[in-house]
Amino acid sequence: MTSERPAAQAPVTQAPAGIDPRGPRVGAGITALLLAVVVLLGATTAGLVLLAVVAAGFLLGAVRGAQGTVQGWLFKTLVRPRLAPPAELEDPRPPRFAQLVGLVVTGVGVVLGLAGVLVAVPWAAGIAFVAAGLNAVVGLCLGCELYLLGARLRPSAR
Amino acid sequence: MTVQPTQLVMLAVLVLATAVLGAAWKSRQGRVRTTPARQDPGVDWAARGVRLGERATFVQLSAEVCAPCRATARVLTGLAEREAGVEHHELDVDDHFDLVRELGVLTTPTVLVLDANGVQAARSSGGMSPAQARRALDTVVPPLVEPVETRP
Repeated sequence: MTSERPAAQAPVTQAPAGIDPRGPRVGAGITALLLAVVVLLGATTAGLVLLAVVAAGFLLGAVRGAQGTVQGWLFKTLVRPRLAPPAELEDPRPPRFAQLVGLVVTGVGVVLGLAGVLVAVPWAAGIAFVAAGLNAVVGLCLGCELYLLGARLRPSAR
Repeated sequence: MTVQPTQLVMLAVLVLATAVLGAAWKSRQGRVRTTPARQDPGVDWAARGVRLGERATFVQLSAEVCAPCRATARVLTGLAEREAGVEHHELDVDDHFDLVRELGVLTTPTVLVLDANGVQAARSSGGMSPAQARRALDTVVPPLVEPVETRP
């Protein structure tokens, strides 16, 4: 394959600066484990606290990108030194979009939990668990699946 | 702290759902579909800056938040460079949202395979491997060299 050759036309998906594509996936795995614990804790205050911690991580990721989260830092310091360099670098914007989706889902759970609807905590964690798990295991790209759906739902006639 | 049995069941169901969804999603990636979901609306490709290849044209709809779009673009650009009369064009969904609606495109990357007349012959969604790109091309144009029987 001619993978080292840059695309001939101006590619619409040109990245600002590439990141190791394995980083967001490892991070998603760590996040999925935390969310699994939230599911096990159920509709409790402890579950709400841990979900809030995960949501705060998603907030970091939505602002700084997946490489700017605690999970990203763990990957960089503990995992990446043991791996061969990546075959290719990845655009940081798709993982950042996925962090934003995670923030919305877990954020709704935290807000409902704080409002007294504790049962929403394991459900929000469960939805986010499936998304993070799919990202970690098969490399699901949330931006690919959700961006156009969201754009289609926007009422403005584009 | 004790874990409620219902929470264990819930987690088991979630793990199962993740496995099923993951397998379904993965098997869909880059699969070449020769029966497009909708009728070809007769797109004016020239007006969108797409120059048709003499044999086939790959039109790739990409988005900024799509990780496999770049790899797919590399695969298709490589194929277009090796094959005479084959073109590859990448369009941003934000710039061609009317086309996205018209064609019923739901995910990125979506690759349309056009024949020499610009008619949609096949379609594929998700990241494409070189083998899938080759298969997509074969649906539009027969290989230049006819397969011949091997004789001693």
